[in-house]
Amino acid sequence: MATRVGVVLFPGSNCEHDVVEAVRGLGGEAEILWHADKDLHGVDAVVVPGGFAHGDYLRPGAIARFSPIMESVTAFAGDGGPVVGICNGFQVLTEAGLLPGALQKNAGLKFLCAMATLRVETTDSPLTSEAAVGDELRIPINHFEGNYTCDAETLAMLRAEDRVVVRYVDNPNGSVDGIAGVCNEGRNVVGLMPHPERASHALLGSTDGQVMLRSILAAGRVAAG
Amino acid sequence: MLFSVLVETRLRPGIADPQGHTIERSLPHLGFEGISEVRVGKAFRFSLEAADEATAQAHADEVTRRFLINPVIEDADVTITVAEPA
Repeated sequence: MATRVGVVLFPGSNCEHDVVEAVRGLGGEAEILWHADKDLHGVDAVVVPGGFAHGDYLRPGAIARFSPIMESVTAFAGDGGPVVGICNGFQVLTEAGLLPGALQKNAGLKFLCAMATLRVETTDSPLTSEAAVGDELRIPINHFEGNYTCDAETLAMLRAEDRVVVRYVDNPNGSVDGIAGVCNEGRNVVGLMPHPERASHALLGSTDGQVMLRSILAAGRVAAG
Repeated sequence: MLFSVLVETRLRPGIADPQGHTIERSLPHLGFEGISEVRVGKAFRFSLEAADEATAQAHADEVTRRFLINPVIEDADVTITVAEPA
């Protein structure tokens, strides 16, 4: 049976269909999960996609974290289910306390829409299990508040526990330690600012995101048993 | 009782403030000298109905901590005053 990926849709999300298409292109099943529902429809993995959930009012992710579905996503994550937040989804997961740190305005105060090169730092995550440490992946970024920040103790912990999942080769936004993506203590929740679904087809200029999406599908298969 | 609440937020010490930095760098070009340590934050003003000042303070602190700021990167000062009767 194909792995089923649930893609959360908040008012203002705008990358949910890209993720659905990319997952289907790799042989997975995908369905949209409305933010006001609590039912995850028995999916094997959850993706919180990019966009501007609730208009990014107050702070990106600050209102989305109170959406009813986040209770279910938090419970799913607590049971070890794979959860990946992309861009705005990363911001939502940090606001929800599922991932450490926070995303603040880019160091250059510019909205960045560009191709970035990421270095895979660990394969022990639902985003990188199919990649190899040291792989360099070309994945686009598209954000204003992608500057990852955390206190010194948290950074030391992330490094010591091998929880920096991907780093920028050329840090575009001032993120501490060049961090592009991190995982939680249980390693089943990952957030990253770049958009793997936008690098999932040759027509998009890169297929390097496929390995990340295949990793999510693999994690879903394991979670489904 | 009706209270007026002012919540002022700013980035915590040690957290880079790109907006504050940009403003600070631009000040000398505009002829403003001697200004340093610019930090940019937000201010929220709202009215709050509560039995007494201590309850109002507790409610305002709670909403600030849980919602108005991200404690990972922001601090806030919460100021409560008794609203003037209309």
